[in-house]
Amino acid sequence: MLAAAGLGLGHYLTVAAILFTLGVFGIFLNRKNIIIILMSVELILLSVNLNLVAFSAELGDLAGQVFALIILTVAAAEAAIGLAILVIFYRNRGSIAVEDVNQLKG
Amino acid sequence: MTLPLFFFFVFSAITVASALMVIAARNPVHSVLFLILAFVNAAGLFMLAGAEFLALILIVVYVGAVAVLFLFVTMMLDVDFASLRQGMLQYAPIGVVVGVILLLELLMVAGSFVLAPEVTATAMVPIDPSMSNIKALGELLYTRYIFLFQGAGAVLLVAMIGAIVLTLRHKSGVKRQDVFHQTSRTRAEATELVKVKSGEGL
Repeated sequence: MLAAAGLGLGHYLTVAAILFTLGVFGIFLNRKNIIIILMSVELILLSVNLNLVAFSAELGDLAGQVFALIILTVAAAEAAIGLAILVIFYRNRGSIAVEDVNQLKG
Repeated sequence: MTLPLFFFFVFSAITVASALMVIAARNPVHSVLFLILAFVNAAGLFMLAGAEFLALILIVVYVGAVAVLFLFVTMMLDVDFASLRQGMLQYAPIGVVVGVILLLELLMVAGSFVLAPEVTATAMVPIDPSMSNIKALGELLYTRYIFLFQGAGAVLLVAMIGAIVLTLRHKSGVKRQDVFHQTSRTRAEATELVKVKSGEGL
């Protein structure tokens, strides 16, 4: 299916690898701003989805798209819970800097 | 260059560029907007790979729900984002090292592996070209992967309840209607008959 259009699996895997790396690099770069860290996690999950869809098309197997759908669901749930925690943390501390997150130290 | 290849390069270039802007933009609101651009172009890549339903779901769920949620939270929090950027470049060198190593390893894997020819014959669910993508996915999701589907629904339900429980705030001292309490009052506890002597008052 992919090969008919002149596209290879390698094309998709390369784009997904670059996206994954950008997500990891974003966590390093914005290590104080937790909103950008959450967005970087979304980018990483998107790259994984891209891999699953590319393999699904290359192998002619629909199961990959089902798993991509499940990952989409989990990513949405993760974003909702993460942002809820962020909002109540901001309410308590008045800041969202990652280095202020030390209340569990006991 | 075929037309699909051309569109693949357009979509992937915009996706990668906007992903770079997500992590590099000064303003978090700009980051969210670039995230939306990245998702829309990734949906184009999905569409090129033949996953039409997933491409549209990506736009509906990510752009319509998740990115707007990010936008709301970013705009609601009154945070000095400039102070969060201080010391940003302190960890950039090690981030570059980790990123480059990761990228090289991933690209080596992506460029060097070979699929065994018999692997396509052993597909779990072979794609039926005579069926539309959404129909095939629906028939699969509601039969073979029904428990996975129900589990995903349960995950979403728990996430929804969790987000509501976490952010719900009860202020004390606010008068609220308590229907049971109000309707279960009897005449005896609500009224009192007082004998008032004439000329004296209470």
